[in-house]
Amino acid sequence: MAQRIVPIGSRAGIGAAGLTLALILAALVAVLLRAEAGSGLAPSDWAAIRFTVHQALWSAGLSVLLALPVARALARRRFVGRGALVTLLGAPFILPVIVAVFGLLTVFGRNGWMNDLLAALGLPGVSVYGFHGVVLAHVFFNLPLATRLLLQGWQTIPAERFRLAAQLRLTPWAVFQAIERPMLLQMVPGIFVLIFVICLTSFAVALTLGGGPRATTVELAIYQAFRFDFDLGRAAMLSVVQLVLAGGLALAALRFVPQISVGGGLDRVRQRWDANRAAQRLLDGAWITSAAAFLLLPLCAVVLRGLGGLALMPVSVWEAAGISIAVAGLSICVMLALALPMSGWIASRRGGGMEAIGLLGLSASPLMIGTGWFLLINPVADPFDFALAVTVIVNAMMALPFALRTMVPPMRDTIQVYGRLAATLDLRGFGFWRIVLLPRLRSQIGFAAGLTGALSMGDLGVITLFANPDRVTLPLQMYRLMGAYQMEAAAGAALLLLVLSLAVFWICDRGGRLRAEA
Amino acid sequence: MKYLTFAAATFGASAALAQTPVLTVYTYDSFTSDWGPGPVIEKAFEEVCACDLNLVGMGDGAALLARLRLEGARSDADVVMGLDTSLIAAAKETGLFAETPVEAAYDLPVAWNDPVFVPYDWGYFAFVHNKDFEAPTDFRALAESDASIIIQDPRSSTPGLGLLMWVKSAYGDEASAIWEGLADNVVTVTKGWSEAYGLFLEGESDMVLSYTTSPAYHLIAEDDDSKTTASFTEGHYMQIEVLGRLAGSDTPDLAAQFMEFMVSDAAQSALPTTNWMYPAVTPDGGLPDGFDTLTTPEKALLTPAEEVPAIREEALAEWLNALSQ
Repeated sequence: MAQRIVPIGSRAGIGAAGLTLALILAALVAVLLRAEAGSGLAPSDWAAIRFTVHQALWSAGLSVLLALPVARALARRRFVGRGALVTLLGAPFILPVIVAVFGLLTVFGRNGWMNDLLAALGLPGVSVYGFHGVVLAHVFFNLPLATRLLLQGWQTIPAERFRLAAQLRLTPWAVFQAIERPMLLQMVPGIFVLIFVICLTSFAVALTLGGGPRATTVELAIYQAFRFDFDLGRAAMLSVVQLVLAGGLALAALRFVPQISVGGGLDRVRQRWDANRAAQRLLDGAWITSAAAFLLLPLCAVVLRGLGGLALMPVSVWEAAGISIAVAGLSICVMLALALPMSGWIASRRGGGMEAIGLLGLSASPLMIGTGWFLLINPVADPFDFALAVTVIVNAMMALPFALRTMVPPMRDTIQVYGRLAATLDLRGFGFWRIVLLPRLRSQIGFAAGLTGALSMGDLGVITLFANPDRVTLPLQMYRLMGAYQMEAAAGAALLLLVLSLAVFWICDRGGRLRAEA
Repeated sequence: MKYLTFAAATFGASAALAQTPVLTVYTYDSFTSDWGPGPVIEKAFEEVCACDLNLVGMGDGAALLARLRLEGARSDADVVMGLDTSLIAAAKETGLFAETPVEAAYDLPVAWNDPVFVPYDWGYFAFVHNKDFEAPTDFRALAESDASIIIQDPRSSTPGLGLLMWVKSAYGDEASAIWEGLADNVVTVTKGWSEAYGLFLEGESDMVLSYTTSPAYHLIAEDDDSKTTASFTEGHYMQIEVLGRLAGSDTPDLAAQFMEFMVSDAAQSALPTTNWMYPAVTPDGGLPDGFDTLTTPEKALLTPAEEVPAIREEALAEWLNALSQ
């Protein structure tokens, strides 16, 4: 590889990475300082660690494996409503867990549509609880993410390559070998690790569908240690286990990923001469249809249930929605302030190991971060006053790895392709960001911002620790409705949450891709 | 609000406003919600106290205690409301609570003589089911039947912990055998009450762990009499919800006044149809219509508060063992 010319400085990136690390480590140290010595990991903690890794491997493996044909089909087919479908397919991932679980149950539950259908056909019913329930839910959440990220990978391949392949009359397999495989080798390990880490820290899904102690995750063990035993030492130790597991694996995976960059070219519509046969079209159609059915039916269920509850919602739900929108907006700003310099720095380095710092934000337990910052703030100020600030920061950090995974590869290519040109034009620093990087990364930035906003909208983590009666977010308000037997109104709030999450995602994502699709 | 008070004091604009004392009460989320007892209690107490009652909701009873331990002596809370008998021992261990002068004629199935905590309402844990379902009448029958149940995790919720104590106090050393029998009846174990009850209403199980008073909600608020609770011959475990004042409170008299108020008729008459539990002192007007239709257990089970921590350890280990097979 030729000598790289890097037209952007690394100070801001190192600063952002350092800040992220400091925010997490400060929380960890605060918890450790308050912890009493002598508490170790119990045998049940080890069982939790084993289960967590086991289910995360299955969930991540299946999500990526199924996403491959779906993303490939979407990448090479043009049809009416494709754009809307791509956006909607992103919906499950950004859905608040409790909303999604109810949607899934309406379809796959004991009284669900699936079992009704099976019963009508005279077949035995299925149960969604236990190990396969957890994996099913995780695939439901993460298949769209994997599909979406892979789709972006396909879109980074210049159309000229397919044209050249067609001129050379390469077989579909040869096209795959020569053009698609290198891209997949670059994308898949990172996506797998990302989803693995998401499933590793899964909490509510495993709790609702897992079926009990068999399905205890590390995050639940942390929750238990904090909430019931107040054993800060054990909680901190489990948090470290989670950090090491997720962060370590991320580091290892990123180290061994080959650094392959696709060459520059004109961003034209990708016409696929290698995939024009009827059988291929049929197969692609089947993949797209089944993925859409699997992902969209539970969403329909949420909408159907919620419509009845909308009228029953009290004013406080709307107030909570306003607060959630503000939190989401601020989270997007904080995320961009951290992710842009960081990804610029990572993209201009040769190795990708530093991306693991971003993954720390996800692998660190939100409960640990929240508790740590509570302990830090409490001696000097009222933590209530910082409830929303801490929520915003934690939400931004949780979204950071998604942003980095999305932005770093294209940024790396952009720097490599335009670095020399920019250097000859003496275009450096902010100018390079403004004129070259930001315009070329618009769709990735929009996607990352949309994801952050949506995840933040449905987050029910730190806010429960800092909850302040005057500043309740929408998911928390929905929980309170359920706790007060207001199930109909809660279903309405769930629908509102779904609509707002989707809207934030759609606005940002659309804004990023506007006139940039060609 | 804090800033308003501050501004008023600074400019001397309103001496009365500046002197309005604030009583901060930590409680659980559902207490402070629009449908919970919070709004009624706040209005009624502020009418008699010439103070500003600040009800702060945070999670459930367990979260409440964790929060208190986090804040330690620096806590702004004057009163904590919403712990139950399973948490009393742990709460006392913090050393943050002061003794209370409150005495009342409690209508509890057990005698109450705790010097620190005052009970304000109570209920029996029970399995809620639809009336058309033929429910088993004890844990053994439940274990042998193919009835499906949804329970809460004792590590994260107070009803879940209550069930653990229920089986333990009814069966003692046989508890682990009971749990092994129940393992195949358990559809799933949820983090909290909301998720479990929601799943049950979705039709995911025949029964769900809740309270004998839950059907009253459906009957009174929704005019739906299809729900009832299974009556178990070994008795039903009780949950008594309590409040206590903190030693570090800067308004100890007001805190004491609030505790007196919570067992007075004004507060007690509001609890049955807002918190959906039995009042600790039966109000003059009696219980609301509909409460007479509820299942009344023949025997009330309750482990003394100070014995809970040790029994909980053992019972949790048995539970984990039986359900992780």
